[in-house]
Amino acid sequence: MGGSSPCASCKLLRRRCAKDCIFAPYFPSDDPHKFAIVHKVFGASNVSKMLQELPVHQRIDAVSSLVYEANARVRDPVYGCVGAISYLQNQVSQLQMQLAVAQTEILCIQMQQEEPALPTQMDQDEKSLLLSNNSFNNLQHYLSFASSSNVIQDPLKRESLWT
Amino acid sequence: MNSRCAACKYLRRRCPPDCIFSSYFPSNDPQRFASVHRIYGASNIGKMLQQIPPHLRAEATESMYYEAQCRVADPVYGIVKTISLLNQEIHHAQSQLAKVQAQIAFYNAQVHGNNKIQNVELPSSNFNNSLANQGDAFPHPTLPLSIRPSWSM
Repeated sequence: MGGSSPCASCKLLRRRCAKDCIFAPYFPSDDPHKFAIVHKVFGASNVSKMLQELPVHQRIDAVSSLVYEANARVRDPVYGCVGAISYLQNQVSQLQMQLAVAQTEILCIQMQQEEPALPTQMDQDEKSLLLSNNSFNNLQHYLSFASSSNVIQDPLKRESLWT
Repeated sequence: MNSRCAACKYLRRRCPPDCIFSSYFPSNDPQRFASVHRIYGASNIGKMLQQIPPHLRAEATESMYYEAQCRVADPVYGIVKTISLLNQEIHHAQSQLAKVQAQIAFYNAQVHGNNKIQNVELPSSNFNNSLANQGDAFPHPTLPLSIRPSWSM
């Protein structure tokens, strides 16, 4: 192999790749698409500034996240990563509801198995009421957990995204 | 009296009648454009908006602003940290759900006097349509985050 070839950034920008090129460690020449997409969304100048403001040991993670964001924005020009978050939040809510229902079902089963310990004079209606009250209380507990498990903080000033 | 939009004020230029930024960066919120410009650059924002149908540009601007704020707040991971945490939360919820559904299957097997636990069929209603199979829609960012999700504490 001869002298080092320019990194993907300098190839795309058609400039000489300096020894201390800030992009070179993160945008190797064998993956031109990676820099192309980041440049398209953020711009080389902005990426350079962002990397310069970070300590060296954090730059690789920053580049990974920028590439991820840029890919999401190209795939979905309107919502980008925010669309992904909305989708994932819905998944979390659905799973938590399913979990709450399943937990309630377990409780019902356990209570039914313990039924012989209940007062025998209790009639069927009273038993149903007792079971449904306990189920409801537990479901409420899980529902309140689901609504409080809101990873997105306030910037959008909305309870849920894109309703 | 026509005043310049926040973008044109920031860029110190005349604000034309057909300025692509004016509808989305009003002059009373200069910080909004400043955030987005800092991350994306005015030129890129303009190009992106031009490629989007007009009725979707407001939402596109909103999402860009949100992402820009996340990046300013966390210059290393930006909004991707949130995605990673959500993926972890989903994975955890799926594990919990699988455990509980296995318990239900076990209890049902006991009730029906079936001791062959390995042949017990899991309830089919929800888990098999689970979101685990749809997780590929948004690949998990492989970042070595040191953030612990709140449910693990």
